[in-house]
This record gives sequence, structure tokens and C-alpha cells, in this order.
Amino acid sequence: MSAITRDEVAHLARLSRLALTGDELDHYATQLDAIIEAVAKVAEVAAEDVPPSSHALPLTNVFRADEVRQSLTPELALAGAPAVEDDRFRVPRILGEEA
Amino acid sequence: MSLIRKTAAELGSMIAAGEVSSVEVAEAHLDRMTEVEPKVKAFLHVDRETTIAQARAVDTRLRAGERLGPLAGVPIAHKDIFTTRDMPTTAASMILEGWRPPYDATVTKRLREAGLVILGKTNLDEFAMGSSTENSAFHTTCNPWDLTKVPGGSSGGSSAAVAAYEAPLSTGTDTGGSIRQPASVTGIVGMKPTYGGSSRYGLIAFASSLDTPGPFARTVLDAALLQEAFSGHDAMDSTSIDAPVPSVVEAARHADVAGMRIGVVKELGGDGYQPGVLARYNEAVQLLESLGAKVVEVSCPSFTTALYAYYLIAPSECSSNLARFDAMRYGLRVGDDGTRSAEEVMALTRAAGFGPEVKRRIMLGTYALSSGYYDAYYGQAQKVRTVISREFEAAYQQVDVLVSPTTPTTAFAIGERVDDPMAMYLADLCTIPSNLAGNAAISVPCGLAEEDGLPVGLQIMAPVLADDRCYRVGAAVEQALESRWGGPLLKEAPSL
Repeated sequence: MSAITRDEVAHLARLSRLALTGDELDHYATQLDAIIEAVAKVAEVAAEDVPPSSHALPLTNVFRADEVRQSLTPELALAGAPAVEDDRFRVPRILGEEA
Repeated sequence: MSLIRKTAAELGSMIAAGEVSSVEVAEAHLDRMTEVEPKVKAFLHVDRETTIAQARAVDTRLRAGERLGPLAGVPIAHKDIFTTRDMPTTAASMILEGWRPPYDATVTKRLREAGLVILGKTNLDEFAMGSSTENSAFHTTCNPWDLTKVPGGSSGGSSAAVAAYEAPLSTGTDTGGSIRQPASVTGIVGMKPTYGGSSRYGLIAFASSLDTPGPFARTVLDAALLQEAFSGHDAMDSTSIDAPVPSVVEAARHADVAGMRIGVVKELGGDGYQPGVLARYNEAVQLLESLGAKVVEVSCPSFTTALYAYYLIAPSECSSNLARFDAMRYGLRVGDDGTRSAEEVMALTRAAGFGPEVKRRIMLGTYALSSGYYDAYYGQAQKVRTVISREFEAAYQQVDVLVSPTTPTTAFAIGERVDDPMAMYLADLCTIPSNLAGNAAISVPCGLAEEDGLPVGLQIMAPVLADDRCYRVGAAVEQALESRWGGPLLKEAPSL
């Protein structure tokens, strides 16, 4: 039995905002299946009572003073933008036609 | 001896003493690049004029009597994942092709402050995901020892540039072994500092809880000098450690392991490892013993599972980090024809701009974080991470450092593993545990494998913020082996 189906890969691609072709879905379904089967071996370590680590260092809540500091100018911030209009990022419509 | 064969420490002293100018040193390396780049292809971006201008500025500062540190005027190759204001930064991805960042990474800034001269930006696997540079969107870098082999990865452009004498130093980033593995397979020194010891600000994020900038060099001392130059607390990185940088340069000059306790990790070696790698590794362990170290075997049973935990944690973090490439504010935008929605443009752009490995990892991470799978995959991987950290802590109760081969095989052939992701991932088997625990770890050359004549690396792991121990043991191994070999391992490399 495979760990992941082609339909699930199509769902993951949608969630990941990746417009994949049918051939790509077939290809990734095979590869992801092999990878997921391998990484499932994490279950072999007995760790029920072990706390999870999200991080290697015991650091929490690093704060700095809330002071106004020099930051990027609008020109610099917009310098790499695919499209600009009136000193702003111009983006495709974000709402559906009915909105 | 020609300028390109000198160490960074030697070049720095010569420049400081006025025996040679930074411009002359930069020109010698740029000439070398002209000669060997068609074969090695270590760089994504080189700009002779910008390099010479930087060198001239350093010469002017030095002539004016400014004190700039031991590497002032020395050239360096910079991994193309650190932002640079005066050069494009691409992470070897189509999605960032030609991007000019509006700011310098902290590592870049500190290289400039130390007077290092940036020769160009080096190739890598796209977004640092890979072990060979074959995942670069632009080209594959070749191993200077054998041009049909990979230079390791992800920092393979940086390792190849140093091994090919195109630069005495280079920068890398190590998330699962991306400095140590390429150093090992190209016969040079590569160090992953303690996580948080070097700033991630301006380092294009792959897996934020693991990414660590570090140095490549041809000698242990040069690597220490470079680490010292760019390390230390940075208020721009909230996971940066606010503590003094370990005295790595002093340690690199103190090549003495007498009385040190060294642990051989039982689980890293044996079946599945190339015989020639194990032979050189076992000799290195014996060498340490003959130098007065006390060698014991240490067991860390969960290290064999570290690879699987890593390939859940790193893709999970990647799937979140790479969401920023949304075609809205910078980088590539595809399909914006006035009729498509932002979401459609985003999906078309990401499909066109990311390569196969990046797509695989984004989807794998999205899967591991999905409700219903989270506990079994990402949650369990995080628990394994705790177990691995505890096994390291227990081991360091008994010993000062741990050793293993850096990678199970020597450099593999270009094309050999490109269609088999799990085979590619195995290159990181020995290096990953230190990333999960945040430890310091270095790879130093320990000889050539008999069956293929390619370099083998010895990995030395030390506790968090004990980076100096890696350098001390590394320097002792380097000194003893070079006296046995009659010079550095790289003199065995074929001339290009």
C-alpha cells in the first residue's frame, strides 16, 4: 500500500501554491511515497514521554527597545518589485469577481 | 610560491606588512578563476571591477594606518545565499534570478568590516537543498579532484573554489551538513559553528532552526580566523547567542590533544560505509590515540534515526519559509495577464521558479504539518530531536569531543543520485545529528580512499559553544597528517 496517493499530492500542490502538471504529479507521487515510507521510521524511537524540541537553544522571547530606527526607503523596498504603481506594489486581483 | 597557493593567514600578514597589495592578491585569484572556471564552474557571479575596487579600498585604508584585523585584504568567495547589495543574490533559484537585495547580510557586512575582498558569489543547490550542487537552477559545479564528480553540497561552489585555489577562503551555510560534506569530498576544512554563533540575518532562510553560517578554508587556522571575523552576537537575529565567540583562533594554534577524551560514535560507521572511507577514518582515530588522546567508544543509538527526523523537520520549516516567494514584492512573476487572480499567479510563478527538489520539500513539509499527520511526523520528529540532544549530552559527560567519518562515501559521480532523493539524502547521515542538537562540528581532511583516490574527511563534534575543541583537535590531526604526508593533502590533487 502506498503512503501517499496521487490525489493527496495534488491536494498538497494546491496548498503549496504550486501549479503542477499531470506528469509532475505522477513523478512526485512516486518519489514522495518512497520518502514518506523512509521518514516514517521516526516512529521507531520510543519518545512518548519526551518533550518535543522546536529548537536547539533554550531561547525564548528576545526583546529589543521599541525605538524608531532607519529602515529601507520606499525606492529600495520597491526596487525588486515585479510591478509598481504610485510607490506601491502592484499585485493581481485578490478577490473573486463576485466580491 | 605563487600567491594563490598561500594560506589566508600568510596573505593577511604579507598585505599588512606591505609586501604585497590587496589588489595584487585579488588579481592573482581573478586570473586563476579565468583559467579554471570553465572547468570547475564554482561561481554564479563574478565581477572583476567590483572586486578590484574593494581591494583598492582596503589598500587605501591600510596605507592610511587603519587597523583592520588579520584577514584584511584577503579575497573570499561568498555563497550566493547571503544577501549582497553590490552583487545579485539568487540562492541558485530561477525565482530570484538577477535579484539585487536592498541590504547586506550580517555575515556580508562583517566580511567587509574585516577588510575581506569578495571575489564573487558561489554556486549551491537551490535554496541550499541538496548535497551536490546538481539542484542549482543554473549549472552544476565540478569537483576539482575529478571533474566528473560532485563537489558536495549544498555549499559546493564554495568548497570547489577553495579546493581549486580560486580563493583561499569561502563562506557556506550548514543546515544538515552543507559545509562539512562538501569540505570532506573536496579535501578541505569546513566548520559548522554552534547554532546561533553566527548570524542568520540576510541569509535566505531554508530551515531556520538549523541554518548556520560557517567557514571553508584549506587550513584549520584559516577557518578559525574566518569564523572569528564574522561570528558573534547580532541584534538583527533573535536566535543569535549573546555570549563571547569561543577562542577558536587560539585553539587552532594549540594543536595538542594530549589527555583529551575522544569518543568514537559506534552508530556512525560500519555497514553501508565505503571501505576506503572507514580505513582512513580508523587510521585517524589511531593517530589521535598516538598523540595522547584517550579514545573510547560511545553509543548514541538514536543517531541512526536522525536522518529521518531531519527530513521531516527541515522540509516542514522550508515549506513555511519559502511561502514568502509569492510573486508579489520581489523576484519572478509569471502569468500576470490582467485576468488571473493573485493566487493563480502565485501558483504559476512558484511552479516555474522552483526546481524539483524545492517542490518536493515544500510538499513533504506541507504533508508533515497537515492535521492528521502532524503528530506522527513533525511532532514525533521533534521528540526524536530531543532524544538526540540528550544522547549528545550523555556522551559529553564521558568525552570532550566525538568523532565519525564526515560522510559515508567519497564524492559520487555527477548524475548518479539525481533521480533518487533518498540516496542523495544519505550523504548527510553523519552530519545531521549535530544540526539537530545545535552542536559545533568540523570536517578536516584525513587522506584519500584507496579505491578511488578521492578525499576523506574526519568529523569532530563538540558541545554547544565549545567550537574551540573542534579547532584544537582538527589542528592536531592536520599537523600530524601533514608531517606524515610531507605537506597538505591538496598537493595530491591533479592540476586543473
